[in-house]
Amino acid sequence: MPHRQQLGRRSEGWMGLERGYRARPGEWIAEKLIFLVSLTAMVMIFLIFVFVTREALPILLGRMSSAAALETAVISPSRMDTLSPEALRQYLGLTPAEFAGKDRETLELLMELKEEIAAEAPEDKDATVNTAAWRYLLFPHRWTGYDHPVCIWQPVSAIHKYNIVPLIVGSLKTTVVALLFAVPLALAAALYVSQLSSPRLKEWIKPAIELLAGIPSVVLGFFGLIVMATFLQNVFGYASRLNAFVAGIALGLASLPVIFSIAEDALTSVPRTYTEAALALGSSRWRAAWQVVLPAAVPGVFAAVALGFGRAIGETMVVLMASGNASILSWNLFDSTRTITATIAAELAETVFGGHHYRLLFLLGAVLFAVTFLANLAGDLVIQRLKKRLEGKRA
Amino acid sequence: MLAGAGSARAGNITVKGSDTLVILAQKWAEVYMQQSPATKIQVTGGGTGTGFAALQNQTTDLCNASRKIRAKEIEACVKAFGKRPTEYKVALDGLSIYVHESNPIEQISIEELEGIFTARIRNWKEVGGTDQPIVVYSRENSSGTYEFFKEHVLKGKDFASSAQTLQGTAQVLQAVAGEPKSIGYGGAAYGAGAKHIKVSKEKGGAAVEPSEETVVGGAYPIWRYLYIYVNPALDKGEVAAYLNWIRSDAGQKVVKDIGYFPLPKQFRQ
Repeated sequence: MPHRQQLGRRSEGWMGLERGYRARPGEWIAEKLIFLVSLTAMVMIFLIFVFVTREALPILLGRMSSAAALETAVISPSRMDTLSPEALRQYLGLTPAEFAGKDRETLELLMELKEEIAAEAPEDKDATVNTAAWRYLLFPHRWTGYDHPVCIWQPVSAIHKYNIVPLIVGSLKTTVVALLFAVPLALAAALYVSQLSSPRLKEWIKPAIELLAGIPSVVLGFFGLIVMATFLQNVFGYASRLNAFVAGIALGLASLPVIFSIAEDALTSVPRTYTEAALALGSSRWRAAWQVVLPAAVPGVFAAVALGFGRAIGETMVVLMASGNASILSWNLFDSTRTITATIAAELAETVFGGHHYRLLFLLGAVLFAVTFLANLAGDLVIQRLKKRLEGKRA
Repeated sequence: MLAGAGSARAGNITVKGSDTLVILAQKWAEVYMQQSPATKIQVTGGGTGTGFAALQNQTTDLCNASRKIRAKEIEACVKAFGKRPTEYKVALDGLSIYVHESNPIEQISIEELEGIFTARIRNWKEVGGTDQPIVVYSRENSSGTYEFFKEHVLKGKDFASSAQTLQGTAQVLQAVAGEPKSIGYGGAAYGAGAKHIKVSKEKGGAAVEPSEETVVGGAYPIWRYLYIYVNPALDKGEVAAYLNWIRSDAGQKVVKDIGYFPLPKQFRQ
């Protein structure tokens, strides 16, 4: 644009008045609104991240104790008057504002309850252990009544056992099955639809696969629970009806349309000239698609797989219904499994607000957030490098 | 507190808590609303733990519970509204043990149940059945039934991590009905679909099946009270009338219709 170069400035003036053509206030407003919307999305992601990590912070920093036994010795209610108000307040675990609002009778009641809580506390060598510390979250420990060190998730128990490893393994297991199932199918379908099929057939297949994305995940989960679980058990003959394999296949159905549409877009956007050149050199349509178009579209295909991964690991309803939800630490695909998402969904409603179980679930949420974020980031980086290589530019 | 008290005065009662009690509570509400149409009763489930959380947050008037309140939960309530919640026993429940219709097992002891649910016993032949592995179904850990079973049958031990957890007794029953190797537990009120087996206190002892006579008489080993907890400040007017009605003969007849067991006379006042 020579005109702009002559002006020698980037600004186009207020509302484009200096663009040299008629100003369009409507366009200007629309542009700014769209900018605001995209900004809001970024702010929301940031806020969600801040909220989730803030709730999980005491656990992250190891400041929260989930020991079953009281940390301080019990003081008999009859000795209430020997305590200074400040000592009493700290003993009862009240904030100064709460303490000021309580009458003597209530305070006595609270002191009695401390005794009752102490009487209820289990006599166990692990009763004084802070099970929400990182060491117990990540590494096996030999709890009372177990004959070897184990990683277990048993949050509702006399001793709260919060090992998150079985849940992480569970999430990875189902996601891997889902991707192994969905990626080949989705890519094959995308390759066929974009390169090989007749236009008429394409108009049928493409919407049909994309319609799969419109099926609510609860319906997919129900289908997995009732139909697929029985069918797959009859075919493969494994012991537990609901397991990582069934959940993974149902999850694959949920992520298949995501992978398909993005891969299909990537394949379609490879310039027609590539195919034409290959055909002119005597290649078959199939070879042109497989050896020319697919490699050229690899960055887009990779992005499709990364998004499919994100969809699969974050999906909740399907795994809640079809995975059996037993928190077993095993890599066997035919064992029941409990994923991070299903755990949060099943347990968050009944936890005490601000308690250690509640915060642990937020920690799980933060882990999930970090995993998907890192996966997307890694995907992005790989795509950038692949693009550079494929376009022949070397940094 | 104001919101809770206000809603009770306006003739609205909210009830929240145990999933085990939810069918019974809905039936109570339905029958009661027919005879006193001015009262509106809203019943939701979510689990006993959820109910206690709502009671201390004062988002519910009545809390259904399938286990006794814990000292820690009382403490939270006292901190929130300064009083111990009032406890009403409202019904009796015998926990049934379900197995698949085709399972030849007729009876089982508490000790064997403990073994099965903690994965010490993994094969049906160890308890007198056929040689096949046991598939264990349990409940989600927000459930009062889960905690009751853990305390009274497992003696506080952890459930085996291989136990599959399901969202409600109906789901457990459905899962057991579809899996010949399985075992599950749940309220006696949930009947059809699976076989309820007899339970004995000791191995080789006399096994009994859950019925009104055996549960109320204490012969059946796995039984419990079902409770309603209420903030004493709200226990007046409509709420008090409703609670009295639940423990009257009319209310206890509903208990029987649903399949739980009515309270013995001495607990009704």
